[in-house]
This record gives sequence, structure tokens and C-alpha cells, in this order.
Amino acid sequence: MSAEAVAATTPAKTDGWEPKIVAFCCNWCSYGGADSAGMGRFQQPASTRIIRVMCSGRIDPLHVFNAFLEGADAVLVTGCHIGDCHYVNGNDKTKIKYKYLENVVRELGIEKERLQLNWISASEGERFANFIRDVTAQIKKLGPSPLKPEGVA
Amino acid sequence: MKGSVAVVGGGIAGIQAALDLADSGYKTYLIESKPSIGGVMSQLDKTFPTNDCAMCILSPKLVETARHPNIELLGYSDVKSISGKAGDFNVKVVRKARYVDETKCTGCGTCTEKCPSKVSDEYNAGMSKRKSIYIPFAQAIPRVATIDATHCLFLTKGKCGVCKKVCGPKAVDYEQKDKEIELNVGSVVIATGFKPFDPSILKNYRFDHPDVITSLQFERLLSASGPTQGHVTKQSDGKVPKNVAFIQCVGSRNPRINRKHCSSVCCMYATKESIIAKEHDSELDITIFQIDVRAYGKNFEEFYNRAQKEYGIKYINSRPPEVIVNPDNSLSLKFEDFNTGDLVAKNFDLVVLSIGLDPADSTQALARSSGIALDDFGNIATTIENPVETSVAGIYVCGVAQGPKDIPDTVAQASAAASKAAALLSGERGTLIKERAFPDEKPLSPEPRIGVFVCHCGINIGSVVNVPNVVEYAKTLPGVAHAQEMLYACSSDSQVTIKDAIAKNNLNRVVVASCTPRTHEPLFQNTCREAGLNPYLFELANIREHCSWVHMKEKDKATEKAKAIVQMAVAKSALFQPLYKQKVSLINKAIVLGAGVAGMTAALDIANNGYHVTLIEKEKELGGMLREMTELYDGKRPADVLKDLISKVSANKNIKIMNEAKLLKVEGYLGNFRGVVLANGNEITVDFGAAVVATGARNFEPSGLFNYGSDKRIVTQAQFEKMLGTGVNAKTITMIQCVGARSKEREYCGRTCCVDAVKNAIRIKKANSSANVYVLYRDMRTYGVNEKMYETARDLGVLFIKYDADKPPKVQDSTVVVHDSMMNEDIEITSDLVVLSTPLVAGENEEINQLFKIPLDKNKFFLEAHPKLRPVDFATDGVFLCGSAQAPKLIDEAISQASAAASRACTILSRKFIETEGAISVVNEAKCIGCGTCVTVCPYNAPSLYDATVKVEEVTYTTKKSKINPAACKGCGSCAAACPAGAITAQHFSSKEIGEAIDAFDKGVKSIFIDKGVVEVTV
Ligand code: FES
Repeated sequence: MSAEAVAATTPAKTDGWEPKIVAFCCNWCSYGGADSAGMGRFQQPASTRIIRVMCSGRIDPLHVFNAFLEGADAVLVTGCHIGDCHYVNGNDKTKIKYKYLENVVRELGIEKERLQLNWISASEGERFANFIRDVTAQIKKLGPSPLKPEGVA
Repeated sequence: MKGSVAVVGGGIAGIQAALDLADSGYKTYLIESKPSIGGVMSQLDKTFPTNDCAMCILSPKLVETARHPNIELLGYSDVKSISGKAGDFNVKVVRKARYVDETKCTGCGTCTEKCPSKVSDEYNAGMSKRKSIYIPFAQAIPRVATIDATHCLFLTKGKCGVCKKVCGPKAVDYEQKDKEIELNVGSVVIATGFKPFDPSILKNYRFDHPDVITSLQFERLLSASGPTQGHVTKQSDGKVPKNVAFIQCVGSRNPRINRKHCSSVCCMYATKESIIAKEHDSELDITIFQIDVRAYGKNFEEFYNRAQKEYGIKYINSRPPEVIVNPDNSLSLKFEDFNTGDLVAKNFDLVVLSIGLDPADSTQALARSSGIALDDFGNIATTIENPVETSVAGIYVCGVAQGPKDIPDTVAQASAAASKAAALLSGERGTLIKERAFPDEKPLSPEPRIGVFVCHCGINIGSVVNVPNVVEYAKTLPGVAHAQEMLYACSSDSQVTIKDAIAKNNLNRVVVASCTPRTHEPLFQNTCREAGLNPYLFELANIREHCSWVHMKEKDKATEKAKAIVQMAVAKSALFQPLYKQKVSLINKAIVLGAGVAGMTAALDIANNGYHVTLIEKEKELGGMLREMTELYDGKRPADVLKDLISKVSANKNIKIMNEAKLLKVEGYLGNFRGVVLANGNEITVDFGAAVVATGARNFEPSGLFNYGSDKRIVTQAQFEKMLGTGVNAKTITMIQCVGARSKEREYCGRTCCVDAVKNAIRIKKANSSANVYVLYRDMRTYGVNEKMYETARDLGVLFIKYDADKPPKVQDSTVVVHDSMMNEDIEITSDLVVLSTPLVAGENEEINQLFKIPLDKNKFFLEAHPKLRPVDFATDGVFLCGSAQAPKLIDEAISQASAAASRACTILSRKFIETEGAISVVNEAKCIGCGTCVTVCPYNAPSLYDATVKVEEVTYTTKKSKINPAACKGCGSCAAACPAGAITAQHFSSKEIGEAIDAFDKGVKSIFIDKGVVEVTV
């Protein structure tokens, strides 16, 4: 493909376009990881909006769909490392729900990069920042989510 | 006996001790000689090694101290003397005249504004002016004005009197006199801190030149609340410096001026200040002149490495003899680079003297007037086994008054001192205290009236996020009745502002946009409660950790994101409903895991506080790693110390020892845990309310390093320590430091290895002065008063040779070849013994972290709740930490920490009840289909099914319904996410509330124009 052709097929929106990412974080680990990223000044793109829940087990698949329907370009499900959940095994349940979610999302024709699961401990600030950086770069390549409602940037 | 304690000194040490004591049921007097509590920490911009904003973490503690019903704050007061005996002391206190009636002053600041007399401001280390009537800093506690009698025009000359005229509440009182009062208390804790070294006595450093400043002055220059609002400028011409030199050890490690100690903190604060200065101005060139870089604490070495690699800060091994003022008044340093031997002269725009910590004059005066012994350095004397006990029974010491140390060690010692005082007075616990009283809650009106408070956090938020812009935006959001900005939302005056705003605007929800709820939610919830709002009507919007700190270079985007974060919080808060906690009983017993010196000390302290303890040890013998040691740093025999400790532990009726035992399982939560212990092949159930983890660490095996294992003349320092117990017959002994530490595999510094090596080097020399002892080191890290041992070793003829990490020594058979980095030559040492100093590494922490769900750091040591102010707490309530399980530490430090963990545990064990979570899940009976999913999902057995009779029109039938036991529910919300009928609401995190936040995340506002009061919003 010529350069022009590439330009023609790439949606104009991706120029300087910043994806909107919703990250669900559990209070005890991944939210703390995001805090540690701040304390360590690990810079990251300003793409993400964090929604704090007490445990990743609280994340209802409906919340994830809701986020997509409201215009999220990607949704991140995060929690403590397996075995570290503050509520014994909330993240085991998250894992099960996530499997199901993945299937549904795939069936809806959404690219797999747009829904990601990650376990991040409260001390892993750099890991959190890297995760956000990576996901943002991936989504930038993909462009806006196909589920994005009209009129939402 | 009296159930009260006097804490002398209101810095972070005194504050922590007072809070612990007050929380454990003792009336506490906190006596501070300055107008406000907060100490030197209140002057700091950031804290190492996390670069946490000092005021942000200190301020909640200041507010908590002021609010505590059991703390009586005596500000601007000096302790003259202490007399009496343990359990019954008389403390003479002079309440200095403020010339302002504390009970009338509202801290409004009108007097300060109008006062015509300007004097040098000590809060800004003399670099700005304050008025003669003043409040020392924005977050000051108590927030009342004080008149500086030596400068006040009325008090000195009888002229002026303006402050009295303008004072609305008529608080100014020129007639006020110093007043002496006497306190009758059971115990005293001395926390008088230190005095920053005054460098003017070192004439060669030219402190008279305006561009030679102290590290404390530099700290103030970096601070948003400092004289230049955080811009580093030269005092001489106001210009921005291009290059800065830090000279280390000014007033430390200098026998000529009788400062033989290492001040423990200067290497790290210089590193911190350099990093922050570089963050402000990446062009700035920074050089730190050091003798040894003492990055010995948890994460310090990593911090030091980052300073070099990521920030390009240069460390030069040299001690410049003088600062040269050139004829054009510019500054230069001539120095010998010890590593290259080169003589260099270089100009610097700004020279920062890293000043040490001198003992405070007040410490010495008090010690003399009250007969408390001092050590050789002028600190309050203590021993290794009893690091917080002074020579007078019933009087304890903590913080830098006992010896130079950093903030976490200070905080740990403060809790330790509190534990000792509490144990002494345990019979009188609760006799002199008051309960906390709150006003009634206001009834909740149906319409949300939300107040939004956006914090600048000095410049932490404000320098990146456009705060006024966020405030204007917040005002446009539905339900918002009030929005305003704040310099520090967490300061005590801000709490008053928030409460006033709630009353004035009849607010029924509050959103504070500042930092993380993980540290600051309780503070603001309390403020809401004091204003008659239910604490669950509050939400924090984290625009610092999640925004300004991680988007430092994208100011516009950060501002947009901050708006979105605020918007989400506002949307969610509109749905909040009041929630209530329940009171449940608790088990007033503890367990301690690990019976090393730390574990035994913790158990003994808890037991002496009057609570039952089960001490669980995996080995047969008690004593842990101390059993392997043959001499303490002060020459005592560890065996004697251990024998004493073991006999105390064994004889204590409150302690049950389980040896050869292992904790298999833990369930429950703060106040009500149940554990299963495997001992002698039996599984035994143990119920407890709090736990202390003291499982220690183990010695690193340096297999393969420096040919260890190939020759029996190559041993580890731990093995050598043992050998010394029976005597070592060797002519030449070579020690190699940092074996397996400060390396790629293990970045951290072992902290204890330098002190251990020096101690053993001295032992050899003392036993046989003709023996040759070489210590090959990278940096000698004999921090604090341990510096004395380093000096003794050199005096005894121990030879210290510095090597470079890139050119490590080579060991063949028992011959060591080292490249002396200072002489720049290879030296061959034929040795009879080669001793490898290895660090401690984490033990089997991975088993315990699973049991309690407590986190580990990257080196597999336990991760404390906060590296500065909660060094022995875990984020998980009811579980505490001490000793080398947290990171390597010396014995006295481990003992201090153990007592600290005990103190923290006692603040729980002393409670009459535990409050359950307020934000728990509830079942909507009408929607529940009785499927039992919640019962299977819940790890706490909170939901259960019961038979319910349901009547629908004409039909009546029996079915299963679920109900949740509020005392057992921890509020994780898993059941709500799993319920197929949507019958369970996870309160405060309901799908509606989360949904509102999701909806709001991208209702995105593209721009706001503010034009002459007209706000135009484009969506
Ligand atoms: S608390 Fe983090 S996943 Fe459960």
C-alpha cells in the first residue's frame, strides 16, 4: 500500500487522538499500584479513568459492557495477584467471569486488545504505568471502539 | 500510679507516641516548645525514598492529634524538670506567654496581616520574613497566633498595638505572663528531636556568602510553601543557578569539632533534594561531594541508583576542604577526587551544605535537670537491649533525641516508647480518658447538594493541573452547590473551611479532589462527621497520584483528566446514602509469629500491657538469629541477652509458647481472627484479635561468588562471627563487603553488614593487635552512632580499602587481589581467612503473606503500610510487622520495631469493641430468588439462606431467601457481582453508583471558556 492509501484507510480520528480507557481497580492492590506509579512519578498517557472497587470480585460483567456502551475504547479489569486478594479469593471469581466476558466481547466483534485483565500489586507502580502505556499504544493503533456511541470523542 | 503520660516534644516522634498512647487508653499531654507541633518534618518538602510530600503525610497526623479527645496539647511550653518515680512523676512546665489567648484566637490571621513589624522567618530557615505576630505555617497546630516578644513593637517599645485593635475576638493580651504549671503523670516520653547543625562555626565553608546555604534552606527553596514557591533561585541575585554542589558531612563525621557521629539522613536527603531539583529544572547540573554514600535503608540504594541513572546526578568521592569566594564574588570548590586522585577546581552557582543533626539544647538541659544519663554524643543514653529506656525507670525516649535516625525509624521508636509507657501503667488504662463525641447527623434532604474542594497540594497538583479551571468546571456539574480551591485540603484550617462550607451551603455530599483515598479518606470522613454529615456521604477524587504526578509534562491533558475524575466522583456521590457501622466484640488476645529477638520482645510487650499472647516459633529453640551471634556491638554477650529475654518470656503468665509449630490457616478479620496451628502433630485452634509478624530473615549463601565453597578459608561473615566465639587463629584476615548485595540480582544494601564487619574487625584487633585486618568496601555504611566503631577500627589499625563495583576483588585460594580505587593500584593480600559480608535475604515470607493476604516487596520482604509513617503496620487491619522480616536491621532497631508493633497491636487490643465495615452488602428480599450463589461465593460465610413465607396475591408459599450477616460481611462486593437476580447491593459501590461514574467518565467537556464571569461550556 502506498503512503496515501494508508492515510486514506486510517481513520482521521487517530491523529493525535487519545483513546479513553476505563480501568477497574481493586482498592487493595491495583489501585495501590496506580498510587505507587504516582509516588514513583512513572509517567503514563492521560488516557485512563480509574474506577475504584473494593475487590476485583465486585466487577460485574455489566459494568464492563456499560463502559463500552458509554464510549470506552478499552476496558481494563485489574486486581491483586492470584492468592493475594484481600478478600481471600475475589480475584479467582474475577478470572472466571473474565473468561465469560472475553467470549462475549469477541462475539460482539470487539478486538481482544480492548478488554484486558492484569494483576498488579500495590508496590508495582512501574508495572501499572507500563501497562497503561502499552494498552494505550495498542488502542491508538486500532482506533476508536466500534461500540462508541455517536458524538463521543 | 497514674493513667497519664507526658510526651515532651511535638515533632513526628512525639506525635506518634502521643497518638498511640491516647488510642490505647491513656490521657496524654503533648508538650511542644515551639508555637506549633510538627517539628522539622513540617519544614520538609518531600521525604525519601518515595518522594512523598512531607506535609501531605504529616498533616493528617497533626489534625488527628488536635482532634483526639485524650491528647491535651501544650504548645509553646517548655519542660523545666521531671521529678518523682515511675508511675508518679511531677513534670514542671512553663507555658510561655503567647500574648494571645489560645481559647479566644480563631486563627483568622487579621493581626498578622496588619502587623507592621517584619522579622526573619525561621520556618523558611531565615530566607523570608514573617510578622512579629504570626502563625508559623498554614497547617500549624494549634492554629493560634503568637507574638514574638523580642520583636513586637508594643512589647519592646510600647508603641503600635495594632494587633490588639484589629483582633475581632479580643484575643490579644499584652499583659499575659509565662505561667508555670505542674503535671502529675505516670510516665514520661522524651521526644525532643535535634537541632540542625549551625555551619557558621566552620569558617572555611563561607556560610556568610548568600549562595552558600544549608540543606534545610535548600529544602525550603524546593517547597511550594517556601520563600520562592518552589523555584530554586540564588539568594544573591535571584537568578536561577546552573550548577549546584552538595557538600556532605557538614557537622558530621568530624572529630575536630567534636561531631563524631554520622547523621544518618544526609546522604539520602541530599539525593532526594537533588532529584526534586532536577524534576523542577532538568538542565540543572548537580554534584554531591561525599565520603561514603550511606544508602542503607529500605529502598535507599534503589533511590541512589535512580538518582545517578535517571537524573544524572553526579556523586564525587571527595570532601572539599573549603568553599572559595572568588574576587567577583562567585563560588568555587577545589577538591581532590579520591577515585582518580585528580585535583580539580570548579565553579558552582550554589553550594548546599548538608548539615548534620546536633543534639537539641533542650534535651541536654532536661537530662541534666532531671538526672537522665546522656551518651558520648550528647544523646539520651540507652542500651542495645532496651533502646527506648532511659537511665530513669518510667522515662522513655524516642526519635533523634536517642541518636540520629530517619523518619520511619523515629516513628517506630515512638510507638516503642509508647508501648513501654503503656505497659508500665497498664493497671490504670482507661481511668483518665474521654470518649469522642460527635454532633447528631443532619437529616438528609432529597436533593443532592454537593460541595467540591479541589486541592493544589502546594504545587504537587497545582503545578500540573489548572486547579481554578477544574473548580469552575465543577461548578457547572449537576448537583454541585459549592466548589472552591484549597492550598492543602488536608491542613487543619482546611478542615474548618470545609465544615464552614458544609454549614453555609447546606451541603449534603462532599467531594475532595486531592490525593489517594487509601491514605486520606478517614481524615475527610471525620471532618464530614464533625459537620453532622454521615461519613459515607464523602468521596475522594484522586487527582494527584493518578493525575498530576503521572502526567507532569502534559498539563492540558492532565487538567482535562482531572475534570473527568472530579466529574465521576460528583456523579457517584450524588447517589450516596448514609451508612452505619456496627459494634462487635473482639478477642483481646494476640499471636506473634517468630520467636527471635523481635518476636519475643513484641510478645513480652503485649503481655506486659495485660493481654494474652501466643508465641509461635517454627524451631525448637527460641532466639532466632541472635543465637548465631557471639558478641553485640557494645561488647555484651548475646547469649546473656537471650537468656534474660527467654526467661522473661517463659515466666510470663500471659504468654503461651508454641515451639516447633507452624501457622497453617487464618480466617476472620481485625479483632476476630481464628488460626490453626500445627504443633506436635496436632492441629490447634487459636483465636486472636491482632497478629504480629516477626519471622525474621536468613543469611545469604554466596555460592559461587568469590570462590565461596571452593576453599574452607573462604567463609561468610556469619560463619566468621561464630568462629570468633571460640577464637580465631589467623594472621591476616580480609573481609569483602557487599557480597551478593548492591548488585544486579539484589539491588538493596544489607544495612547491617558494614557494622558487623567493623565490629568483628575490632574483635580480632583487640584479641591480637599484630593481626592484619583488611576490609574491602564500596562505601562504609556505619551510620549514626556506629560511626564511632568505624573510627575505633581505624585507630586500631584495621585497613580499609575502597574498591569499585566494576572492579570487584578477585579471590584465588585465599589470596585476594583488589584494585584500590583511591590509590588506583592493584593490591595482593595473602590471607589466612577471607570473610565475605553477605546481606540478609527474605525468609519463607511467601507462606505467611498468603495466610494474612499481606503484600511482599520485590525482594520478598514484607511491605509495610507506608514507608514513612506506618513502618510497622500492614494495610490489612490488625496485622503488624517487625524486625528483619520487613528489611534487614540491627538488633536494637529490631527491638524498637518489635515494641512498636506491640504498641500498635495494643491500640486494637485495648478497644472495647470493633466497628464493622459500614459499606457492606444487603439483600433485597423481594428480588432474591434463593439460589444460594452468594452463599457459595462469599469467603466469610456472611450470607445464609432462611425459609421465608411469601405471599403473592392469593398464594402463600415457602421459599429460600438470603440474608447477609452485617458483622461478617467485609464489603468486597463479590456477592453483588455474582447475584443472577440483581438482588444484592454492594452499598457505596452499587451498580448504580459505579454506573454513574462510568457514565460520567466521558461526558467529556472539550473546553471551557471563562470570560468576564460568563462560563461557557462546550460538550
Ligand atoms: S482485593 Fe484485590 S482482587 Fe480482591
